[in-house]
Amino acid sequence: MTDQYLVTLTVNGEDHELLVTARRTLVDALRHDLHLTGTHVGCEHGVCGACTILVDGAPARACLMFAVQAEGRDLRTVESLGSPDSPNDLQRAFSEHHALQCGFCTPGFLMLAEGFLASRPRATKAEIREAVSANLCRCTGYQTIVEAVDDCASRRRCAPDTTEGEATPEPGQNDTPRPA
Amino acid sequence: MKPAAFSYHRARDVDGASELLSQLGGDAKLVAGGQSLVPMMNFRLARPRHLVDIARLDELSHITPDGAGLRIGALTTHHTVETAKARLGGGFAVLSDAMSWVGHVPIRSMGTVGGSLAHADATAEWCLLAVLLDATVTVRGPDRAERTIDAADLFLGFYTTTVEPDEILTEVIFPRPAPHAALTEFAQRHGDFATVAAAVDLDLDGGTVRGGRVALGGVAPVPVRVSAAEEVLRRGGPAGPELFAECATAAASAIDPPADADGSAEYRTNLARTLVTRACEEAAHR
Ligand SMILES: Cc1cc2nc3c(=O)[nH]c(=O)nc-3n(C[C@H](O)[C@H](O)[C@H](O)COP(=O)(O)OP(=O)(O)OC[C@H]3O[C@@H](n4cnc5c(N)ncnc54)[C@H](O)[C@@H]3O)c2cc1C
Ligand code: FES
Ligand code: FES
Repeated sequence: MTDQYLVTLTVNGEDHELLVTARRTLVDALRHDLHLTGTHVGCEHGVCGACTILVDGAPARACLMFAVQAEGRDLRTVESLGSPDSPNDLQRAFSEHHALQCGFCTPGFLMLAEGFLASRPRATKAEIREAVSANLCRCTGYQTIVEAVDDCASRRRCAPDTTEGEATPEPGQNDTPRPA
Repeated sequence: MKPAAFSYHRARDVDGASELLSQLGGDAKLVAGGQSLVPMMNFRLARPRHLVDIARLDELSHITPDGAGLRIGALTTHHTVETAKARLGGGFAVLSDAMSWVGHVPIRSMGTVGGSLAHADATAEWCLLAVLLDATVTVRGPDRAERTIDAADLFLGFYTTTVEPDEILTEVIFPRPAPHAALTEFAQRHGDFATVAAAVDLDLDGGTVRGGRVALGGVAPVPVRVSAAEEVLRRGGPAGPELFAECATAAASAIDPPADADGSAEYRTNLARTLVTRACEEAAHR
């Protein structure tokens, strides 16, 4: 029961081998074994969102997954966004809009917003409000968080698309169902 | 809190998972999306000695039209169903739309249809939809024995189903389209489990109701169909406020909901009346 498992976790593009017990949650493995303490931990039952990271691109609760389950998944934490010297555009938007006070909830909100905007770049403000209701902030208030995410999204939409260069796909082509 | 110790087994396919469950015995539990089981383990409300991980069984992740009906693999996530609306078409749009009530984005990206049905929360959207739309689930037991269970026979009580511990729920089948169906609910905070949830599926002929189904969650240990309200729809009439009010009143008088921290019995009865009315209106406008 206290068996150790050798797992390889792919975090922010880098592979890490570690020995864990089965009950080691992914958030604890990130913080205590890999010393990536940007991801926070609050309630450990999926409600607060402090531990939100990206798993294969989608926002997920790192407290509701065991490290042994995360092998082979593409994991991204807040450390992948930017550094204190050069924050990414979303982090800058949070700072500009005063979207944080104590900052405890911020890594979770950043990863939630990164994952959400990647799948919904044209999200309306109302949709952003609904998406950020997934996480708890106890001191800033949500208004500025919504404004920061909305501002970052509109700047990204205006920025010249450096990834594709080709003509943007016709509407409808985007709807190609992905395998379930 | 931290969960109690357990050992971990990753299944390669459904047969493998089924073998593991037989070998490991009663102390083993399946884990799919982990969005219900892991919180319970972290609270030590669940202490399985073995976890059998089926999250990667791609064979159980699919949405497949089947004649007039639809089959959904147990490991399909809430998010996949939510974003498949265009592919599902009007007949099953109610399934996609209902997903916005299931927790939040990060819960829906991991949580699964089969996990919801097996977990059997009294207000879970999938359980309510299954009961409303006469779904059946397919389960696989030891030695590849397969059986189907009607949604009406699936839920036994709080968090209890007729799926045996050594069985795996493999898919849910919705037998017919429901173009005029809607689910709505009320929770103290958006994204929480509902205090009361209502779902209605109308048989509409132009502007006339010729029958329909009404289901409620949060008013009994399991989601229930309300025959008194369905009787009102069966008698039929113009799809409008009068008929819907009568249907909602019949539903409210037929239930005897529990009282808890989320609301008294009277409050839940009033919620049921309001929500059935809203669900009727939404269903008629589809
Ligand atoms: C903050 C939060 C809010 C939520 N809000 C809602 C909500 O509003 N509505 C709602 O419906 N749900 C809600 N959920 C729960 C969520 O929908 C879960 O995804 C779902 O209840 C269980 O699915 P899962 O795949 O995560 O199952 P797991 O947690 O992995 O498993 C749940 C149970 O089902 C069993 N099981 C899983 N898959 C199978 C299978 N294929 N065959 C047999 N047994 C199986 C497991 O052994 C376990 O007992 C919420 C969860 C959280 C954390
Ligand atoms: S710590 Fe994971 S959601 Fe609160
Ligand atoms: S900034 Fe303090 S909790 Fe959100």
